Amino acid sequence: MTTQAARSYGPSALGEGGRRFTELALTMARTEFKLRYFGSVLGYVWSLVRPLLFFTVLYLFFTKVVKLGHGVPHYGLYLLTNIVLWAFLAEATGNAVNCLVVREGLLRKVRFPRMVIPLSVSLTATFNLAMNFVTVIVFALASGIFPSVSWLELIAVAVGFIVLGSGIGMLLSALYVRFRDVAPIWEVALQVWFYGSPVMYFANAYRHFGHVFQQIAMVNPTATLLTQASHALIGGHEYPSAAARAYGIGPVLGAIAVIIFIFALGWWFFVHEAPRVAEKL
Amino acid sequence: MTTTVSVERSDQRLATAPARPAVSISHLSKSFRIPREQAHTLKERVLHPLRFRQYDVLRAVQDVTVDIAPGEFFGIVGRNGSGKSTLLKCLAGIYAVDDGQLAVHGRLSPFIELGVGFNMDLEARDNVIINAIMLGLTRKQARERFDDIIAFAELEEFTELKLKNYSSGMLVRLAFATAIQVDAEILLIDEVLAVGDAAFQQKCFDEFGRLRAAGRTILFVTHDMGAVQRFCDRAMLLERGRVVDIGEASLIAREYNRINFERTTSDGGAGATATPSPTPQLAEVLNARFESADREPVLTANQGDRCYVRMEVRFLAPIDDPVFSISLENESGNVAFATSTNVHQASTGHFEPGVTASARIAFENWLAPGRYRLIATVAREGWGDDAYDVHTTSSIVVLADRPGGGLADLPSEIEINRS
Repeated sequence: MTTQAARSYGPSALGEGGRRFTELALTMARTEFKLRYFGSVLGYVWSLVRPLLFFTVLYLFFTKVVKLGHGVPHYGLYLLTNIVLWAFLAEATGNAVNCLVVREGLLRKVRFPRMVIPLSVSLTATFNLAMNFVTVIVFALASGIFPSVSWLELIAVAVGFIVLGSGIGMLLSALYVRFRDVAPIWEVALQVWFYGSPVMYFANAYRHFGHVFQQIAMVNPTATLLTQASHALIGGHEYPSAAARAYGIGPVLGAIAVIIFIFALGWWFFVHEAPRVAEKL
Repeated sequence: MTTTVSVERSDQRLATAPARPAVSISHLSKSFRIPREQAHTLKERVLHPLRFRQYDVLRAVQDVTVDIAPGEFFGIVGRNGSGKSTLLKCLAGIYAVDDGQLAVHGRLSPFIELGVGFNMDLEARDNVIINAIMLGLTRKQARERFDDIIAFAELEEFTELKLKNYSSGMLVRLAFATAIQVDAEILLIDEVLAVGDAAFQQKCFDEFGRLRAAGRTILFVTHDMGAVQRFCDRAMLLERGRVVDIGEASLIAREYNRINFERTTSDGGAGATATPSPTPQLAEVLNARFESADREPVLTANQGDRCYVRMEVRFLAPIDDPVFSISLENESGNVAFATSTNVHQASTGHFEPGVTASARIAFENWLAPGRYRLIATVAREGWGDDAYDVHTTSSIVVLADRPGGGLADLPSEIEINRS
C-alpha cells in the first residue's frame, strides 16, 4: 500500500525501485541489440565478425597502403584500439540525441523511470564495445603482444568512456526535446572532437603548439583515456602513460574531474527535465 | 497549492474511516502551454526572442474532485477533448500534476493503452516479455506467465511469428492477455474494446467481470455508453475539463447522450433553433437493449435468426399516440435498418404520467456481419421527427458464416439461363 502526494506522484527520472529500473534498462538495451542483427542468417555472429572485417580493412589500409605512423611499432593496433573506443562514444552519444523523441509512444503511455531510456542507449553501445574489445584482443595477440596484467587497466578506461558517454547522452537527450538543432550541432561537435583527440595521431603531436598546450590538451578526457588505453595494452616507451604525456598527474586528474562534471551535469539536467518530458515531446 | 500528504496522516484516516478510497482526487488541475508559434530551433529563438514567449493555456483538467472506493468499477466519460484522457494520464503518473492532490492506495497498473512498446520485428514471445516488464512484472514472472498469456490470447500456434504478420485482432488479443496478467489492484483502462472479434470481446467482458469479482478497482475511460451501463457502478461526466456530474452509471450515460444529442435533435426540427430552449422532458427512454427470444440480454446475434429489441419508456406527461422507433447504425454511421410503430400501427394509445411502457420489436436479422449501434427513440405523434428522448447506448454484433457485401444480406437465389 502506498500513499503518494501529487508532487511526488508524477513521472520522474529514477522511479521508485532499483530492480524495475535495472530490468527495464537491460530489457531495452537487449532488444535494441537484438534488432540490430535481426533477420540475418548469422545473427549474433555478425556482432563479432562485422568489427573484425571492418578493422582488418582499416588496419591494412593504414599500415600497408598509407603507411601512417612512420615506423612506430604496433601503430595499426593503436589505431584499432582508439577507433573502437571512439566508435563507442560516437554511438552512445549519437543515438542518445533523439532517443526520447523516438520513444514518444512509450513516454506518453506508460509510467516508468525516464532515465532508463538514455541509459539503455549507453548500455547497447557498451554491449557493442565489449564485442569490439574481443577483436582488439585478437589483433593484439596476432601482433605478438603478450597478455599482461596492465590489460586490466583497459576496463578502467572503458568505464571512463561509459561514464562520459552516459553523461553526454543524458544531457543531449533532454536538450533535444527542447531544441531540435542539438542533432546537427552534435554531429559537427563530434567531428571536431574526433580530430582534436589523439585517435589517429599521438598525444605528443600537441607539443608543436607548446608544452603548456599539451598539458591543457590532456585535460580533454578522450586524450587522457585514449593515451592510457594504448599504454595499458601495448606499453613500452612508444606508448607512455597519460600522466607522462601530460608532464604530470595534474591534467589527468583534470580529465577525470571533467568526466565526473559532465556526468553530474547530465544527471542533474535530466532529473530536472524528466517530469515534464512527456508533455514537451 | 499542492500540499504533501504525509503517510502518518493517511494512516490516521485509515483508522477513522475504514473504507479508505482506492483513488482520491481532490481539486486536481492540469493545463498545457500551447505556444502560439512553436520554436523548435535555436536560430528561431535567438532571432525572435520575444515571439515565442506568447502561449495559450489549455486547461485540460480543472478542479476535479472524486473519491473512488476500493473494488469500484468507475467510468470516466466525455466527448473528445473533454479531458478524460489527460485525467487518466495524471492518474497513471505520466503527466505531472499542476495543482491539487492525488492519492492512490494500492498498486496501480502503469499503462493506459494496450500493446505499448510492441515491436513489429520481434516474435510474440519477445514482445510479451518486454511488454510485461514495461507493465511492472519482473523478467522471471513474465517468463512464468508467458504460457497463460498465450493461452488466453488463443495464439499458441503463432508464438514464433513476428508481430508484423499478426492481424490487428491478434495483436489486440495478445496485448489484452498480457495486460491482465499484471497484478495491479487498480487498473486504468482507456478504450480497449474497440477492436477484436465478437467472441474475444465477450471474453474481455468476462475478464472484466472476473477482475471486478476479485475486488480490483477499475477506472474505465470510454465513449461506449453501453459498456458504461453494463460494467460501471458509478461514472463521471467531464465537459471541457470540468466535472459535469458524478453518479450512477445509467444516469451519467443518459446525461452524456443528452449533451451529445441535444444539437442533433434540435436541428432535426423545422427551423433549426440556435439555442435549444430548456423544455421540460415529457418522456424518457429508460433502457433499450437486444435480447434473445427468452428475454435474456445478448451482445451478438446470428444472421438469419430472429432478433429482438426491448425498449422501456417512462412518461412524465400525458401523451397521446407516441411513436416508438429504433434504428440500427453500422460502424460507418449508415442506418442499416429502421422501424417504428408508425409502420405497424397507427395508434399506440394514451399514456398517463408515471406510466412505464415496454416495447418489444422483433425482426428477421438479415444484416451484414458487423457491429451495429442501437438508437431507440420515443417521439411525438406524426413522423417521429420530434423526439422526446433518444437512447443510444446499446450495440450488437451480427455474426455470419459468409461475408456480406452490402448493408443487408437478404436471402437470395440466383438462376443462370444459357440462351
